[in-house]
Amino acid sequence: MTATWTRKDLLGMRDLSREEIEILLQTTKSFQEISLRPVKKVPALRGKTVANLFFEPSTRTRISFELAEKRLSADTINMVGSTSSMVKGESLKDTARNIESLKVDIVVMRHSSSGAPHRLAPILKASVINAGDGINEHPTQALLDMFTILEKKGSLEGLKVSFVGDILHSRVARSNIWGLTKMGAKVTVCSPKTLLPPEIEKLGVTPTTDIHEAVRNADVLNLLRIQLERQTESFFPSIREYANFYQINQEILKEAKPDVLIMHPGPVNRGVEITSEVVDGPYSVILEQVTHGLAVRMAVLYLLSGGVKEEEE
Amino acid sequence: MKQQKQVLDSEGIRRVLIRIAHEILERNKGTGDLVLIGVRTGGAHLAKRLASEIETIEKVQVLLGVVDITLYRDDLSELGPQAKVRETKIPFDITDKKVILVDDVLYTGRTIRAALDALIDFGRPQSIQLAVLADRGHRELPIKPDYVGKNIPTSQTETVEVRLVEDGKPKDELVILSQGEGTL
Amino acid sequence: MNLLIRGAHVVDPKNKVDEVLDLRIERNHIAAIGKSLEPATGGEIFEAKGLYLLPGLIDLHVHFREPGFEQKETIETGALAALRGGFVGCVSMPNTNPPCDHQSVIDNIIRKAREVPLHLFPAGTISKGRQGAELSEMADLKRAGIWAVTDDGDWVTDSLLMRRAMEYASMLGLLVISHCEDRRLSANGVMNEGLMSTRLGLKGIPHESEEVAVMRDIQLARLTGARLHVAHLSTARTVKLIREAKAEGIRVTAEVTPHHLSLTDASTEGYNTNFKMNPPLRTPEDVDAVQKGLEDGTIDCVATDHAPHTEEEKMYEFDEAPFGVIGLETSLGVCLTELVHAKKMTLAKLVERMSMRPAEILKLPNGYGEIKKSAEANVTLVDLNQDWIVRAEDFLSKSKNSCFIGKKLKGRVAATLCMGKLWDFQKGSHQ
Repeated sequence: MTATWTRKDLLGMRDLSREEIEILLQTTKSFQEISLRPVKKVPALRGKTVANLFFEPSTRTRISFELAEKRLSADTINMVGSTSSMVKGESLKDTARNIESLKVDIVVMRHSSSGAPHRLAPILKASVINAGDGINEHPTQALLDMFTILEKKGSLEGLKVSFVGDILHSRVARSNIWGLTKMGAKVTVCSPKTLLPPEIEKLGVTPTTDIHEAVRNADVLNLLRIQLERQTESFFPSIREYANFYQINQEILKEAKPDVLIMHPGPVNRGVEITSEVVDGPYSVILEQVTHGLAVRMAVLYLLSGGVKEEEE
Repeated sequence: MKQQKQVLDSEGIRRVLIRIAHEILERNKGTGDLVLIGVRTGGAHLAKRLASEIETIEKVQVLLGVVDITLYRDDLSELGPQAKVRETKIPFDITDKKVILVDDVLYTGRTIRAALDALIDFGRPQSIQLAVLADRGHRELPIKPDYVGKNIPTSQTETVEVRLVEDGKPKDELVILSQGEGTL
Repeated sequence: MNLLIRGAHVVDPKNKVDEVLDLRIERNHIAAIGKSLEPATGGEIFEAKGLYLLPGLIDLHVHFREPGFEQKETIETGALAALRGGFVGCVSMPNTNPPCDHQSVIDNIIRKAREVPLHLFPAGTISKGRQGAELSEMADLKRAGIWAVTDDGDWVTDSLLMRRAMEYASMLGLLVISHCEDRRLSANGVMNEGLMSTRLGLKGIPHESEEVAVMRDIQLARLTGARLHVAHLSTARTVKLIREAKAEGIRVTAEVTPHHLSLTDASTEGYNTNFKMNPPLRTPEDVDAVQKGLEDGTIDCVATDHAPHTEEEKMYEFDEAPFGVIGLETSLGVCLTELVHAKKMTLAKLVERMSMRPAEILKLPNGYGEIKKSAEANVTLVDLNQDWIVRAEDFLSKSKNSCFIGKKLKGRVAATLCMGKLWDFQKGSHQ
């Protein structure tokens, strides 16, 4: 018998074993077909309540989770605010108590503070899914990225996957690093020195500031969004200069493998980290990522809705 | 000690499937609009075998699908980790088709209830008929098979197992397993 | 009060005493030190067999939060926590509300302090409103009763203002305590910058944010001749900088907290905000360096940076929760466990670091930091081998934000004698 999923929460890729990641990816495969049916809905989570707590604005992830919940027949409630609980004067503990009294089964949480879901999870009976915490992790995004690569390449083992962009502030990069290295991929992270996290190489990845090194022989290029505010914080002199030296365009893609995959977690800054022709080009799997995101989130919701060993509470 | 009693051997299973294939064709007057959908995992293998028997008789390939009923179970997530979900593959429209739902062992009927719910999400078939290799009784829902390979009276403490080479078993057989001191 | 402490193992490094002796206290003062002393008339006898008797501990860095943040701590609850931890004197930091930048605030603190059974040595601010723009009225503050100046919590970024502050303070004989941190370099960091911050996805504070500030302040101390005291140092290179400055004869002293002596940034793993402090917990190499620095005297003393925060505040997300942990009630236990029992330092040396040197740095009058006949009785009695587990519910401090909760320690304060008054914790339920 293969391993079974026994976790109450999905807080990050860091804690997961390779076997657990495999369960998630296999389950995702089974959920993929549901969205192709005439009736795109299964009763697996009927009677369950899922609360989407988004303490930070997000459209894509929230919509993806919400649709996944609906396709599993769960009842959903949304709490969306651009402010953190601190600003509202409510602590995490109070937030937790409120959720508890609504008899919610699963909490999907997006928060601007790293570790916020990790602190909420142990005090909640409900399962907690991290939908992005600060600059820490975004596990479902990493899973959908990995699933997209798997669908195209068949395996992750030995693939060169390069991340280009703001690695320092990227929860997407961080979750992918944990996941991909466990699955045997060779990960390269590329950004100006100012945006490389300290000692990142100790996580088993190759850091570089040279875009050519990242692109050369890459099987997958995963681009991260560059935010304007990083310019004002002097992480680089200008968006213009960043684009001149780190943009993925047709020209530089010639250095990649002929069947390279272009990925981006969105939203895309066309003309900054990536040109429009690459976004819409033949290597781009950006829209497939969105589709797979739905199946991944259904799989996660399904697995977490199961029973858990009591002592894990 | 688990006691084991063989009810059908590989030859027996083959004969039963040929008979069911004939019955299906007889009742449905040929293969028109006929599709076979197996319930994962045992039913899927049997559906495939039935399809090939039908092809031998009629020289026609019938459409073949697989349904995984895990997400439709009524005992999901009460205790313990979630059951493994496998892929459902029905690569055709079942609307106005005569669906033969195939399973290995019919017991409480709850699996079939779940499979029926799943099928309805794929369209509106002309009819759904149920074919099982073994019917061991103890129904908990008003479900009745249309084609039965073998009726096997059992007690609730026993289990009925269909072992097929497709599942990596050494040979095909239908067995009854019972706990305790060899009363069989 | 009159009291005979009988059979305690007295460790007084200043007077090179290390033997079992009796102490006779008369009218709150030490009347006699010797063997087989007769009890004072009408006095009690405290049987101290098996206990160590140390000069009362002194903490150069506590936050008693009064006035302004009485929900976190008050001078009264802070004093009780200090006594429980074996302390007889504390330097209270001036980041109150209003801040201690005016003699009226100090007057108020000193009036409150008179009502508690602990010696309080308030520090005043360097700048008005701790804004780093204009000097506080230091001479006035000194007359009101301050012992040091600091803008603790904020480093004085304006180098010219810091030069003037040091010159002015040295004229008054005031100690200048510096919270050395270049805030710009700390950016919005919440833990040590390094592999752990990368692993945990938390923003980091580099070692250099402290070291850059220490370097400047050392140079200014050279320039001005002021007595500079570097608060809560945390990195190996800071230890080196202090060592070099001392070798050059610059008047600089330094303190380290019990948590920087014993914990690393790996503790941040569970996003527990009781491990969020500034400076942050550093690496094992830094812990090793500050332990060695404390042993060889580069670092003069242990100070707790006792920083109470309410449970509500510490319940916030890691990024939002305030920096700081309490430390008074665990300081000696942690140091005994991690340094003395771990054979990294002798008990006598630890007493120097926790009592003798703090008294010297503060230039306290005779009798502090030593066991001296005719001085006021301020002593700490310790059961060196008592095993105990730190529990949140046992703290006398108003706040429970300790990074040592659940930790097993060896060595605990049995009693504190402060201003001649005996606090016997062996009788209480605080086990």
